[in-house]
Amino acid sequence: MMMKKLNYRLVIFILATIFGIAFTIPSFLGKNPKVTLGLDLQGGMYLVLGVKGEAAVQNKIKTIASTIKYLTQKEDIFIDNLKIQKDKLSFELIDKNDAKKMDEILKKFKGIKVSKQIKNGSIIYTISLTPKEIQKIKEEALKQAILTIRSRLDAYGLAEPSVTQQGKDKIVVELPGIKTEKEKREIKKLISSAAHLELYLVDDEHHATTPKEAAKYGDILLPDKNNPKHLWLLKTPPVLDGSMITDATVGFTQKTNQPAIFFTLNSQGAAIFADVTGKNVGKRLAIVVDNRVYSAPVIQERIGGGSGQITVGSPEEAHILAIALRSGSLPAPVVLLEQRSVGASLGADSIRKSMIALISGFIIVVIFMAWYYNLAGIIADIALVTNLFLIIAIMAIFGATLTLPGMAGIVLTVGMAVDANVLINERIRELIREGKPIKVAIEGGYKNAMSAILDSNITTLIAAIALFAYGTGPIKGFAITMAIGILASMLTAILGTHGIWQYLIDTKKKITPKHFGMKV
Amino acid sequence: MELFSQDKIYDFMGKRKIFISISLILIILSLFSIFTKGFNWGIDFKGGIEVEVRLPKPVPIGEVRKYISKEFPDAIITTFGSPREILIKMSVKKVSPSIQKDIGIEIKKLLKPIGNVDIRRVDIVGAKVGSELRDKGIKALIFAIIGILIYVAIRFEWKFAIASVLALFHDTIIAMGAVSFFHVEVNLDVLAAILTLMGYSLNDTIVVFDRIREQIMQSKIKDLALLINEAISKTLSRTVLTSLTVFFVVFTLFVFGGEIIRPFSFTLLVGVVVGTYSSIFIASPLLIWFGFNIDDYRKKLIEKEKRRKEKERMRKMYQGGVV
Repeated sequence: MMMKKLNYRLVIFILATIFGIAFTIPSFLGKNPKVTLGLDLQGGMYLVLGVKGEAAVQNKIKTIASTIKYLTQKEDIFIDNLKIQKDKLSFELIDKNDAKKMDEILKKFKGIKVSKQIKNGSIIYTISLTPKEIQKIKEEALKQAILTIRSRLDAYGLAEPSVTQQGKDKIVVELPGIKTEKEKREIKKLISSAAHLELYLVDDEHHATTPKEAAKYGDILLPDKNNPKHLWLLKTPPVLDGSMITDATVGFTQKTNQPAIFFTLNSQGAAIFADVTGKNVGKRLAIVVDNRVYSAPVIQERIGGGSGQITVGSPEEAHILAIALRSGSLPAPVVLLEQRSVGASLGADSIRKSMIALISGFIIVVIFMAWYYNLAGIIADIALVTNLFLIIAIMAIFGATLTLPGMAGIVLTVGMAVDANVLINERIRELIREGKPIKVAIEGGYKNAMSAILDSNITTLIAAIALFAYGTGPIKGFAITMAIGILASMLTAILGTHGIWQYLIDTKKKITPKHFGMKV
Repeated sequence: MELFSQDKIYDFMGKRKIFISISLILIILSLFSIFTKGFNWGIDFKGGIEVEVRLPKPVPIGEVRKYISKEFPDAIITTFGSPREILIKMSVKKVSPSIQKDIGIEIKKLLKPIGNVDIRRVDIVGAKVGSELRDKGIKALIFAIIGILIYVAIRFEWKFAIASVLALFHDTIIAMGAVSFFHVEVNLDVLAAILTLMGYSLNDTIVVFDRIREQIMQSKIKDLALLINEAISKTLSRTVLTSLTVFFVVFTLFVFGGEIIRPFSFTLLVGVVVGTYSSIFIASPLLIWFGFNIDDYRKKLIEKEKRRKEKERMRKMYQGGVV
C-alpha cells in the first residue's frame, strides 16, 4: 500500500540519500573511499620546482663532445680545438683525409646539425642540435625529472608522495605527512640536488683564474666542495658522467675511515673508466658532483672493474647523495620556485575552525528556514542535509581533495543551496495567495521557479569553472566543492523536496497554507 | 513567517537617481582607494616568505621582533589571530637561497630563548611564480565575465546581459575597494571570493530579470519603471531571504573560520551585501537607462511563444496520426 504511493522523485531522492550516507561514513572512519585532505588541512609540504630544460640541452652537447673525443681517439682520428659553447660544439679535423671516417662517426648521432668549413687545410666542424631535438630533450628532461624525483622519494621512504607535471616546465611535489624540519630539509636537498656526477681530468699544465682564461685552454673552472674559494682547472669534456652509474652505496674508506659513497659503473662506463685511468697514470682525476669538486685523487694505476668512491663530509650527507646517485641524476637542474609547508597542528586547527563555522552556519540556516517556512522549511532542511552527504560522497568516490578553501566552499553551499527552495516556496505562496488549491500551487510553484533556478545555478557554475581552470592547489578545491554543491543541490533541493510534497499529497495528508509559513 | 506583504508594490524606480548616486559615490571612493592606497598584495601574487609560529606562551611582540631582527632586520612581524600566534614576513630577495632552504629551522633557533616554538607554516613563493599566479587570476576573471555575458545574452537579451555585467562590475569594484581600504591581504583566496561573489551577485540579478521577463509576458503594463517595481517587489522576499542565509554562513565563516581564511570571508561578506543591493537598486535601473523597449521585447517573446506552440501543435498532430 505504502509502496504504491512512492513517486519516482522521492525514490531517486531516497536512493541519493542512502548513497550519500553510505559513501560519507568511510571518510569519517578513515576507510576507503575517503575524502583526501589537502596539505593545508592534514599538514605536509607542497613544492613547485622549475626544470631548467636548457641545461639538459647543454648536457647533451657535453655528452656528444665526450663521445666524439672518445671515438676519435679509438679510431686514431686527430682532432683539435674541441670547444663547447652553450648549445653547440666545434672542433677541427686536422687531416682532411679522415673526413669520411669522421662522417661515419657523426652519423651515429641523431638529431644533430653538422656544418663544415674548410680552413688552412683542416676542416672545422660545428655541431648543434635541431630545434625538434631540443624540444624533445626538454620534454624528456621534464619527464625524466619527474621519474627521478619520484624514485628518490620512494627510496627515502615517505608515505604517498605525489609528483606531477604542471605546465611545460614545472613539477609539483606534494608530501603529506612530512613532519620535522629536519625531514623537510633533507627532502628538499634530495629533490633539488641534480646529483650530476662527472669525472674530469685535472689540467695541471696550465694556470687560469677566470672562466675566460680557462676557456682558452679548453678548460673550465669549478669550485672545491669544502673550500669554495679554491678553484680547480679541469679539462673538458668530462671523461665520464653519472648516467653510467648502476649502483651507489654508503660506506667508509679503508685507510682514513671517512664516510664515502662507492659507485659501480655499467660496462660501457667501466670500459671508458679503465681506458682513461690507464692512459693517465700519475695525473689527477676530479670527482665532480653538481659542479663542485668533491675530491681529486692522483690516478695510481689503471682501474678496471668499473667502480670508484667519493668521500663525503658526513654519513648523513653520504646517505642522501647515494640515494640521489642511485636513482639517477636529474637531466636538468631544478630550482625551487614555491614552497608551502603546513604543520599538522595548524592543519588540525583549520579543520576544527572550519567545522565550527560549517556546523554553526548550518544550524542557523536550518532554524531560519524552519521558522520562516514551517514544514516547507523543514523539507528544505532535509534536502540540505542530503546535499552535504552527497558533496562528501562524490568527493570521496572521485578522490577529490578537500582543502581549507574547499571547506569554505561547503559552508557557502549551505547558504546557497536553500536558494532554490526559497524561490520555489515563494512561488507556491504566491499561487496560494491567488487562491489556487494547494496541490495546484505546489506543482505551479516548482514550474514557475525553474527558469530562475537554472539560470542562477548555471552562472555560478561558470564562475566555478573559471576558478577551476585557472586556479591552483587549494583554490581548485574550492571550485570543486562549489561545483559539486551546486549540482547536488539541483537534485536535492528541486527533485527531492518535490518528491516529498508529492508523497504527502498522494498519502492524502492535509496540507494548509500554514505549512508554508503563511499567516492564515 | 512573512516579512514582506506580497501585495504591496514598492516604488524602487522612483528613487533610482538616489541609489545610482550612492553607488557612483561608492565606486568613486573605491577606485580612489584602489589607485591611491593600492592593494596589500599577499605572498601568492608578490612572492615572499611567510613563517607562522606558535609560541609556548604569550610573549610581547617586541621581544619576538628583537630575536628575529638579529638575523632578519627587514622582517615584518605581527600577531596572527592570537597573541601566541606570530606571523613573520620577509622578502625573498633579502634572504639567500641557502638560508631559505632552512628558514623554519633558522627561525626556531632564533626564538630558542623564548622556548620551544612550533613552526606552524612556512611559505616561500618566488617572485616569478607570483606574477604567473596573477596572470592566471586575471585570466580567470576575464573568462568568468565573458562566459556570464554570453550566457545572459543568450538566455535574455543583450541589454539584460550588459546591465547584469555592469552590476557585476559595480559589485566587484566596491568589494575590491573595501579590500583595498581595509588593507586586507590579497591572495588567491580573495580572488576566489571575488569570482564567487560575481556568481552570487549575478544569481540575484538574474532572479529579478527572470521576473521582469515574466511580467512583460503576463502583464499589460507599458511603463518599464512600473513593471520593474512590480518584479522587484514580488521577488523582494526571496532576495532578502536568500541573502540572509548566505550572509549567515559567510558571517559564521568570518567569525569562526580562523585567521587564514579571513580575507576570503571578509571579501564575501562585503560582496553579499553589495550584491544584494545592486540586484535590487542598480541592475534594473540600468535597463531603463539603456532605453530597453518593452513593446519590442514583448513582441519578440510572443513571437517565440507562438513558434513554440506551433511546433507543439504540429508534433501533437503527428503523434495523433492526423496529418
